[in-house]
Amino acid sequence: MAEEMRIVLRNYGKIDPLKIEDYINAGGYKSLAKARGLSQIQVIDEVKNSGLRGRGGAGFNAGMKWSFSYNTPADQKYVVCNADEGEPGTYKDRIIMENDPHTVLEGMAICGYAVGATKGYIYCRGEYPYVVDVLNKAITQAKAQGVLGDFDIEVRMGAGAYVCGEETALLESIEGHRGEPRFKPPFPGVAGLWGKPTVVNNVETFANIPIILEKGADWFKGIGAPKYPGTKVFTLTGDVVNKTVFELPTNMTIRDVVFGMGGGVAGGKKFKAVQIGGTSGGFIPESMLDTQVDFDSMNAIGATLGSGAVFVMDETTDLIDVIERITKFFEHESCGKCTPCREGTKRMHEILKKINSGKGSGADIAITERLGQVMTRACLCGLGQAAPGPVLTTLKNFRPDYNAKLG
Amino acid sequence: MADYKEIISAYKDLPGGIIEAYHAIQKEYSYIPEDAVVAAAQAFDISKARAYGVATFYSYLKVGKRGKNVIRICESAPCHVAGADKVVAALEKELGIKMGETTEDGKFTLEFTECVGQCQATPLITINSKPYGDVTTEKIPGIIAEY
Ligand SMILES: Cc1cc2nc3c(=O)[nH]c(=O)nc-3n(C[C@H](O)[C@H](O)[C@H](O)COP(=O)(O)O)c2cc1C
Ligand code: FES
Repeated sequence: MAEEMRIVLRNYGKIDPLKIEDYINAGGYKSLAKARGLSQIQVIDEVKNSGLRGRGGAGFNAGMKWSFSYNTPADQKYVVCNADEGEPGTYKDRIIMENDPHTVLEGMAICGYAVGATKGYIYCRGEYPYVVDVLNKAITQAKAQGVLGDFDIEVRMGAGAYVCGEETALLESIEGHRGEPRFKPPFPGVAGLWGKPTVVNNVETFANIPIILEKGADWFKGIGAPKYPGTKVFTLTGDVVNKTVFELPTNMTIRDVVFGMGGGVAGGKKFKAVQIGGTSGGFIPESMLDTQVDFDSMNAIGATLGSGAVFVMDETTDLIDVIERITKFFEHESCGKCTPCREGTKRMHEILKKINSGKGSGADIAITERLGQVMTRACLCGLGQAAPGPVLTTLKNFRPDYNAKLG
Repeated sequence: MADYKEIISAYKDLPGGIIEAYHAIQKEYSYIPEDAVVAAAQAFDISKARAYGVATFYSYLKVGKRGKNVIRICESAPCHVAGADKVVAALEKELGIKMGETTEDGKFTLEFTECVGQCQATPLITINSKPYGDVTTEKIPGIIAEY
């Protein structure tokens, strides 16, 4: 039976997030002081050895990422916290920031010390003005207490563009431009914000840092799946009994999440599908529910861990209708910079609308599959590359649902 | 009401601050006046085309007049399956306008939005960014009456 394990959310409900004293009394900012007593390399090695991988979706080793910025000499470096949280179904970064803002600030300051950056930005989505207030209050308190030392943090607001969660689009947005992704390389670690070395990590990634410094890499490495250690914060939505937030070790299974913590399908109905990782995630059938939720196990079944959003659908769900809605999302959110995504998302939506209205044919299915393959390979950024995922995984795992709709 | 020129000048020395300036203007006006985009172009020393390009790229920002209170209905998949279409119908009926329109008295505008990160309470709407979750047809008159 799945049991919650709170590392990231260790202070959730236990402290007043608007009181820095509470955070400090709970041991807060001790890890930053500890880090500053170590060499920069020692801090980076500790994070690297912990095995912590990014919680924003790409799963890159956090310490490794930091080492790129550390190794790039520059007069100015930056630390950026990705709080854009645009994946539908996801609300974990909000929960973390609303309930324990200082743990994010502390994680960023530790990163700043490790890579040699004196300035940090939190890019928080514009739909969370109340979270921006919490963060600004926390920053003011931290500055007044002097705990951040020479590390400065500023909050910048996103403005309703899903693509700005992509790290280079995010940097463009902080610079005051349209949020269109950049060509990579160079990666932000080497040339990021205003061309300077920039570490971009997710809120949850930073929230893991203070406790890793406190308890050590070996402690962290021992939790969850060996290749993707630690916990993951999941947010449940859809037809599930407990539509709420949970933090679980990464060696739990999808079944543990949906039926254990989630309490199963709501209203006594039968399970149909679960989409994990946000709206770009794969659709998972009952037969795959015993898969472990860690990054690599999910990839192995053609799904993703992504943001940790868990969208449960019961037997009454019209999957093709859901897929049509999702293809509309991507058409709307494509930034238009690259042709395969701009045109592909539009055509994909067009075809799905046709199929959903009962006018589709076998030829439409074939062309959808081919278009999906092309987009996966040819799109410039992760948005277009992942956009066909829900279509392709439902074609694979739920083909009868399509067949039933063909005219 | 603060003049948009004053708002812009408060941000003009902030690196990349044009989006923050737009947010501040929108907070005051509930939208970004066309002339404010021209003023922002001057203050941030970029072309009008660029300033307009930035303002219109972001769906949370709106160039041109709209209602005092902006009601946004989430239509992302989790809210969609939870019955966002019923919420749309009920709001349209209550206010006597269609999605995308503004009431004659200029009090309310109806818009769609994608997920606003409150998916524990689908279907969901926001009014001036304040979330109202688990919305039902019955709850709508009461919510509207708050404004
Ligand atoms: C379309 C798109 C949207 C993304 N949205 C987010 C997001 O909302 N939050 C996030 O942390 N990462 C998001 N990412 C991933 C970021 O590009 C980046 O990998 C991440 O912020 C790195 O942090 P991490 O290593 O700590 O995960 C997105 C990527 C793509 C392609
Ligand atoms: S899906 Fe509607 S708030 Fe997230």
